Amino acid sequence: MKAVEANSITHRYGKITAVDDITFAVSEGELFGFIGPDGAGKTTLFRIAATLIIPSGGRMTLFGLNVVSDYRELRNHIGYMPGRFSLYQDLTVEENLQFYATIFGTTIRENYHLIEPIYKQIEPFRERRAGNLSGGMKQKLALSCALIHKPRILILDEPTTGVDAVSRTEFWEMLEGLKKEGITIVVSTPYMDEALRCDRIALIQQGRLMGIDTPEAIRTSYGRKMWAVSHPDRYRLLLALREIQIVSNPEPFGEAVHITLHEGTAPEDLNRKLENTGIHGATIKETLPGIEDVFLELMRRKPEEKSL
Amino acid sequence: MVNLMEREKVIEVRDLVKKFGAFTANDHLSFDVYRGEIFGFLGANGAGKTTAIRILCGLSRPTSGRVMVAGIDASRRPEEIKKRIGYMSQRFSLYEDLTVRENIELYGGIYGMRMKELIHRREAMLERLSFTSYGDTLIRSLPLGLRQKLSFATAVFHDPEIVFLDEPTSGVDPVTRRQFWEMIYETASQGITVFVTTHYMDEAEYCDRITIMNEGKIVALDTPSVLRQQYGTATVEELFVKITRPQRTMV
Repeated sequence: MKAVEANSITHRYGKITAVDDITFAVSEGELFGFIGPDGAGKTTLFRIAATLIIPSGGRMTLFGLNVVSDYRELRNHIGYMPGRFSLYQDLTVEENLQFYATIFGTTIRENYHLIEPIYKQIEPFRERRAGNLSGGMKQKLALSCALIHKPRILILDEPTTGVDAVSRTEFWEMLEGLKKEGITIVVSTPYMDEALRCDRIALIQQGRLMGIDTPEAIRTSYGRKMWAVSHPDRYRLLLALREIQIVSNPEPFGEAVHITLHEGTAPEDLNRKLENTGIHGATIKETLPGIEDVFLELMRRKPEEKSL
Repeated sequence: MVNLMEREKVIEVRDLVKKFGAFTANDHLSFDVYRGEIFGFLGANGAGKTTAIRILCGLSRPTSGRVMVAGIDASRRPEEIKKRIGYMSQRFSLYEDLTVRENIELYGGIYGMRMKELIHRREAMLERLSFTSYGDTLIRSLPLGLRQKLSFATAVFHDPEIVFLDEPTSGVDPVTRRQFWEMIYETASQGITVFVTTHYMDEAEYCDRITIMNEGKIVALDTPSVLRQQYGTATVEELFVKITRPQRTMV
């Protein structure tokens, strides 16, 4: 039995199709990521999975239970963390946790072992009102509240947006710890580098799935050699690369610009052309395409062509 | 950039201290920012970044230390600073219940632009961004990516000397993020200094220089490539984790 089975899920808000014919499955114990920008449909899809919205079309089951007809029973098995901090700002850390334990018919003590590695980091602040916590702390509290009833599946909607890199790293380490407990985790993120931490990922854009596979398989699907070109005058380099015929799809990536070269051309050819435009001493190194490179490539393709 | 530090300083900070009661949010910060520079301000939430930025924007006064922004002393005349800067935050930028044109008119008016000039510049700006067809659309009907770009354009509409960007690209798709940064590059090349905070570490690499704050202090300040070499890391993200993680006591 799959943890999640979604078949042709579609959801419309009036004329807008937020989720467009999405089919996927998640195995029990898997750490599954939805990678896509704002407005891609991740939140809508997650709300359907969390039994909060009835989809316009299609069918979804979690552990064999239907998200529409079996929602009552299913809610006991789901731990949901929505995109925006939605706990009670005017209740303390401890009060929030107590509240969630109570409405799920359990106590903090009963499943404390599950949340302990996370909760003990914020326990010193348990008398503090949730509204006064830093971003990283809010995340930890929200995760603790989502776990308190020992769910079989965690649905986490952009848990790391707006949080600093260290907290993000720590958060993913916590997820890996939870995975060891056998909890299925479905998570969404706009941070492409986080995709590498998932067992499998689904790339989503404008309500459509562009591909589902392991992060490695997605990276190798790129198919062409990629080059990272750098030069101290970044902006000038970017503008120059756009004008050079043998270069395709120059995209800035931090201190380098990622490009592909036309068939039959080599980095030396590019170097010569750059020198001709007055850019001297640019370095050109081969580089492995990352998830974001693949994502950008997929976004460039026409909608009909979009799939891996 | 090699010649960056030969330019004039638009921000000068020496031993900035800001206390809230017994709590020291900014602990003797010292740094300079040069004209036309893209200056990245990094640090965990709670490190003291927002406190420092508020002082630089003239929204709060230092407890002690010297802070000069666009030639103005932030302790003495913070109000004057506001006229010379622009500000964009992801939390609040444009009024959702006003149209694109109405928002620009509002901001232009607040900064004292004359109506005729304002309208002329507004239409030119919309044209440049290819937003003319959205001119009478309510902000709330625009997708996030467009809003961010418009927000930024509005923040520099009155030609400020410095523009402060607070996590401007949170959650935005990778294509729009790049377009946004290109707007930043263009702006900087025109001589407007850009002071930006971000949690995207690859964006830190786009900056001329970056500073990392931790627990009220500046723990690093230099170009991304110098810092990466200094700490032996391949990316700014690794650098960030290396510098801030061992010291973190608060989560």
